[in-house]
Amino acid sequence: MNERLLGLADDELVIGWRDSEWTGIAPMLEEDVAFSSIAQNEIGHARAVYEMLADDADALAFDRTPAEYRCAPLVQLHLLEWAHTIARRWLYEVADEIRITTLMADLPLAAKINREEAYHRMHAEMWHERLGDEPRFRNAVKELWPYALGVVLPEQREELCARVKLDEVEAVERGANDEAFAALHNEMTSVRRSAPAGAQW
Amino acid sequence: MIYEVFRRERKGQAFEHAGSLVAPDTEFAETWAREQYGRRGESVALWLVPRDAIHDVEDWADEFDLKYRRVDGCWIKARLKEARERAAARTG
Amino acid sequence: MHDEQAFLEYVQAGGQVETADWMPDDYRAKLVKFIEMHGNSELMGVLPEREWILRAPTLQRKLALTAKVQDEVGHAQLIYRVVEDLGKPRDRCLADLVDGKAKFHNVFHYPTKTWGDVGVIAWLVDAAAIISQKALLKCSYAPYARIMKKICWEESFHILHGRDVILAMVTGTPEQFELVQEALDRWWGPLMQFHGNPIPKEEDPMYLWRIKSQGNEEARQQFLEGYVPQIWELGLTVPDPNLRRREDGVWEYSEPDWDELMHVVTGHGPKTDERLAFRRRVLEQEQWVRDAVLAA
Repeated sequence: MNERLLGLADDELVIGWRDSEWTGIAPMLEEDVAFSSIAQNEIGHARAVYEMLADDADALAFDRTPAEYRCAPLVQLHLLEWAHTIARRWLYEVADEIRITTLMADLPLAAKINREEAYHRMHAEMWHERLGDEPRFRNAVKELWPYALGVVLPEQREELCARVKLDEVEAVERGANDEAFAALHNEMTSVRRSAPAGAQW
Repeated sequence: MIYEVFRRERKGQAFEHAGSLVAPDTEFAETWAREQYGRRGESVALWLVPRDAIHDVEDWADEFDLKYRRVDGCWIKARLKEARERAAARTG
Repeated sequence: MHDEQAFLEYVQAGGQVETADWMPDDYRAKLVKFIEMHGNSELMGVLPEREWILRAPTLQRKLALTAKVQDEVGHAQLIYRVVEDLGKPRDRCLADLVDGKAKFHNVFHYPTKTWGDVGVIAWLVDAAAIISQKALLKCSYAPYARIMKKICWEESFHILHGRDVILAMVTGTPEQFELVQEALDRWWGPLMQFHGNPIPKEEDPMYLWRIKSQGNEEARQQFLEGYVPQIWELGLTVPDPNLRRREDGVWEYSEPDWDELMHVVTGHGPKTDERLAFRRRVLEQEQWVRDAVLAA
């Protein structure tokens, strides 16, 4: 269970971190504000789960080595372009809903997270509808699809395929955190590492 | 389309005009207004209204200066002054 | 009432102007330019801070900084809407901005080098801004005055956040204290230039039209009065040996470098080109999204 929770928390942390990069540069100001809230919520979810798993949420969030994070490759991708970013948002929210709802039976926190994610899903659906016919968007979804499958457990993938209306392909599984993630982690911890462990910020 | 945003800060208060935003439809307008006018918990409710749906009313005719309809009822001042002076004269 | 003199007397007596009212051409032109510069400043102000969102050293700081920058984007949205209702569409404002044809505040032309800058900006740059913004609550153009309420309310969170970031560092390690001092040393010059040269308000057209309700020097004095004591009480120094408060309450200081200010706001700051180029690239890259969404 803890592995799964850590995976959930790390997913939320890293997608929140990636999505927060759009603050200030999203395609329109109104979307910028809304998108930033989603990123902040994701990090808030991560924090809530870390607080359940450890005394020091910051230590768990920042101080592991890149190899120790359990996040799915989907969220680690550095996507600098809107079609891919929204495609990931949409795929992630569909996968996350499946994952979260199976956790809800055992975890009240999952229900809380799920209630907030409802707004994320509305946002993702809205963009999916609006960009659905754009070739850029459809291609991005196709490219990210193997990664999306890796977010959920193998037994949950049939459900994911049904919701997304795509056939199952070989998933990019959790486990191999690549150089792009190491680079993110490096930047993420650069200020924190500049003071001794336990320093206040 | 321009949407005007009205917000109710707390139960018991009226909706107040808060600003406007440009959105292609109500769905986008709602998603965006929720965050722009609610992310810091400053609103309990929003009304989103396309600007085109608002009917402006900005002028009134007042050709004959019908003072009796307004609060600046100056015509009693003079009489009140005289009544007070007379009452003072009676007692004084 | 299409009489410029009568309009001038009206605004100087505290009269408010709404979007559909008649305005002298000069008033409208100065108003649009002023408000547009504010919008541009919010949008450009995002860029120096964005990098640090990725490097925030705790989850709480990460969230607070993201929320601060988000507010600034939200302010830009409110401000450009006001400009649009006055007749200049947002995409023209943005085009003028990235083409270097429009101005934004001096402070956003400078680099941010350390986490110390993050604290100094949130605490002192936002403080300087909020002094001007509070004065704008009385702007004669009512739609702008009204959005200033929300803007001022949100800015107050930023100053608290900034002060907290600074306090954590000045009570942390000696190296952290140094980070703050070093950042302050770099930002002091731009901060002193921020409110503009001390043109008497009677000669400032923005004041005459009551677009601004405060002279530049008045704003600067308010900043010094409010914030130098706060700086000094933390054991930090201000890099101006002439800075002192006279007995009559007026702050004396070394003459700011007005040439530097002029040089910077006309597009020659250390980071101007890089940031405008970045904005231009992002705008171009995402034009298809705006076309897909807004071309309803």
